[in-house]
Amino acid sequence: MAAPVAANWKPLTRDQMAARVAQDIPEGWYVNLGIGLPTLIANHVPLDREVIFHSENGVLGMGPAPAKDKVDPWLINAGKQHVTLRPGGSYCHHADSFAMIRGGHIDLCVLGAFQVAENGDIANWATSENDTAPAVGGAMDLAAGAKRLWVLMEHTTKTGESKLVRKCTYPLTAPGVVKRVYTNLAVLDVTPAGFAVIEMVPGITFDELQALTDAPLHRASAARAA
Amino acid sequence: MINKFVRTMAEAMEGIQDGSTVLIGGFGSVGQPNALIDGLIEQGAKDLTVVANNPGVGRVGLARLLDLGRVRKIICSFPRSSDPIVFETLYREGRIELEIVPQGTMAERMRAAGAGIPAFYTPTGVGTKLAEGKEIREFNGRPYVMETAIQGDVALIEAWEADRWGNLTYRASGRNFNPIMAMAGKLTIVQTQHVVELGQLDPEKIVTPGIFVDRVLHVPYGDPMIS
Repeated sequence: MAAPVAANWKPLTRDQMAARVAQDIPEGWYVNLGIGLPTLIANHVPLDREVIFHSENGVLGMGPAPAKDKVDPWLINAGKQHVTLRPGGSYCHHADSFAMIRGGHIDLCVLGAFQVAENGDIANWATSENDTAPAVGGAMDLAAGAKRLWVLMEHTTKTGESKLVRKCTYPLTAPGVVKRVYTNLAVLDVTPAGFAVIEMVPGITFDELQALTDAPLHRASAARAA
Repeated sequence: MINKFVRTMAEAMEGIQDGSTVLIGGFGSVGQPNALIDGLIEQGAKDLTVVANNPGVGRVGLARLLDLGRVRKIICSFPRSSDPIVFETLYREGRIELEIVPQGTMAERMRAAGAGIPAFYTPTGVGTKLAEGKEIREFNGRPYVMETAIQGDVALIEAWEADRWGNLTYRASGRNFNPIMAMAGKLTIVQTQHVVELGQLDPEKIVTPGIFVDRVLHVPYGDPMIS
């Protein structure tokens, strides 16, 4: 990140960020991971913890990427990457796949975002009002339909602007839906009072984190919210 | 004897009118009715509205149909691809109309058409610019946006297996939009990788019952490209 990095702390790598989210996903959840950074989360859920990954294009029970010589050309995920199917996995058509999402059957969706606001608004599909052909894909369905929405993103943009904002300036994907945000600096819950910091990277102070964040931060109680 | 198989592409495409709404199955390169798209290019219908998840890749298939100026409007969720050059050029030049629809809403709008439902309410898109100008109604304290059904004059489908009644199976993620588009098309045209005898498909495994299918062409197209 471009913000001045103090000697006392360093931001998580992308893999560390993904691993941090993976820690909080319990066995038995049905989970949809957004394209990009969230996709890495699956690599950090041990195979003996049965978490069932869903992909919008009709795959439930998705497994890891295949070896190069074991690719099934008929099996891709929503990011158009080749994947595998775990024993117990199934296929369905797009309307059933989105019924899983829109009908509130998916326990968790983790999306990337451009901005998350302190009231839980998410903007992750268009970078300006003037972008007349932005690609929404399944983001609005997931944001409005999943039982819980977490966001995994860098704390700031490449130029150092906070992605945790008072109010989104980019077009919304859905209002008031984000429950938790994992960044490369902190884990924050979205509460009625705004962002509550429940964890920070080692060495960073609350004030240092606040200085890098547009939205006002609150200290969460020591007890971790579920 | 019912026989939905046709022998030639010309028979498969017969009667598609200018101004038609054409639903095109496929997600990524998997389950795309590539041969039928080429058949439609050859057939010549123009002023089309196309419903497909993406607006095509490179200059082949759907992108070629666009490039030839045959498509007035595209309805899709993701106006991007690995190479969206044709769509982006046409769009920038104002030569194609675009309707962006959340992917699940797009699927449901076609499923609704196939099930005789003219419109439905969904929370997807509420509070965003994709709901602007649409009816919002509250149920149990939550706002929902009304979305209308999308009926196709024509649906182009790729199946894995088909019999002469038009019963279909699909392969893995090749299923995607195909079964719902088959329901939503007034004229549903299928290209199938394999032909099987009537009675050979396990009734428990048929995904699209033949009632939703009008014409089937045997096209052993082979595996989708691995990019």
